[in-house]
Amino acid sequence: MNRFFRRQRYLVDHTLSSLRRHPGRNLALLIVYTLLIFLLASVLLFAGSLKREAALLLRNSPEIILQRQVAGRHSLIPAAYLQSIGRLRGVRKKQGRLWGYFYDPVVRANYTIMVPARDRPAPGSVVIGAGLARERRLGRGEYFTLRSAAGKVFSFQVRDILNPESELVSSDLVLVAEEDFRAFFAIGPEWYTDISLQVANPREVVKVAEKLTELLPDTRPILREEILRTYDAVFSWRQSVVLVLLVGSVLAFLIFAWDRAAGLSGEEKQEIGILKAVGWETGDILRMKFLEGGIVSLVAFLAGYLLAYLHVFYSPVMLFAPVLKGWAILYPAFRPVPALDGLQVATLFFFTVFPYTLATIIPIWRVAIMDPDMVMR
Amino acid sequence: MRSSSRFFLLVGFLLLLFGLTWLDGRRLNSRAGEARNRTGDLVRNLELTDLALFTEARYTRHPSQADLHSAFQDHPMALEHFPSGSLMAPPSSLER
Repeated sequence: MNRFFRRQRYLVDHTLSSLRRHPGRNLALLIVYTLLIFLLASVLLFAGSLKREAALLLRNSPEIILQRQVAGRHSLIPAAYLQSIGRLRGVRKKQGRLWGYFYDPVVRANYTIMVPARDRPAPGSVVIGAGLARERRLGRGEYFTLRSAAGKVFSFQVRDILNPESELVSSDLVLVAEEDFRAFFAIGPEWYTDISLQVANPREVVKVAEKLTELLPDTRPILREEILRTYDAVFSWRQSVVLVLLVGSVLAFLIFAWDRAAGLSGEEKQEIGILKAVGWETGDILRMKFLEGGIVSLVAFLAGYLLAYLHVFYSPVMLFAPVLKGWAILYPAFRPVPALDGLQVATLFFFTVFPYTLATIIPIWRVAIMDPDMVMR
Repeated sequence: MRSSSRFFLLVGFLLLLFGLTWLDGRRLNSRAGEARNRTGDLVRNLELTDLALFTEARYTRHPSQADLHSAFQDHPMALEHFPSGSLMAPPSSLER
């Protein structure tokens, strides 16, 4: 056993000295390889973190949201529908929600104006999200002026600012009193934006939704499960789009690795010839070259993954931020929390290290099976 | 020191850091736990349905509440103008 380890160690020594003979080329390969793994791992870590955060936060959303559809578009729902729903078995609570959007030309951003279900601000005052406060440079007690669609100017005093730790869900919120909301948007008391329903037993949610569509055929129930699925799909989709874009780089890298291995220099071929001439078997040469690939892959994988971890969870500058932000002006400041997944890391390892090893081992095998005399000539 | 020893030390160090990322992940998660609970309460109290990640349009701000076919809402065959919209998956209800 000891002899086996000693032998492997000599092989590692020999491989490292062989790598050191072409420092520039091998270092370039290591850097490109590390960069590639860094990009792929950053996408996986960031998307994984967002996906889990969305799932953990939005599982507190209402079980059912009932929207009214007019000509296929979301429309206001009559308050009378609350009575029409009546007492549905399994529904613990139902209430009308009031919320809407407001485009503020001052900062060129969209706000979500909402009447909270409880702790409503007094008329004339608002509670705002931390992102909005930052963008408009507003503090507690200051006045916040908005111009309604009817051209009327409304001034609200900022009663409070929502905790910045909740920015991921509340960055653009403006919480107002019901009277202010109705006056600002000119919506009469007989309307709500939609209706939320709380269902006690999760297994009854689908049944309740079916009853609602039978009872009110012009409505569309949106289940919490659908909300969670939407977010899972949004982030999986984004992650896949970025990964598909990166497939080009992976292929380019594989071609580079193949080309490097196939175009062995005369010196390298001579080295293989000499090794064979002094008694090395084809298997030994393959093992050495496999080890060479393994050393480069392992160092590149670990370094790339560690850099990606620092980039996503500790660096203040995210490379993917522009893709995520889109055209949004109001963007939540939040720090992703790691959602590490062993299977994901193993998949990344397999899909980067395995193709690289395969791409390099075949051309080397071709040289290794040649006659030493032929190779050295 | 032999090159192999130096190499094993380097790999050992990198593996140690790799292991530390998992411990750090757990630490950051337990630290974020309370803030996450408070945000979860906010989501429950305000009956929020979406993340405030993309605020540029109503169907990107509230993708779960958007109209069906909202990416093409301006008129049939309308091209999507927002980058997030073009990167967003079709609503899951359409895929079923």
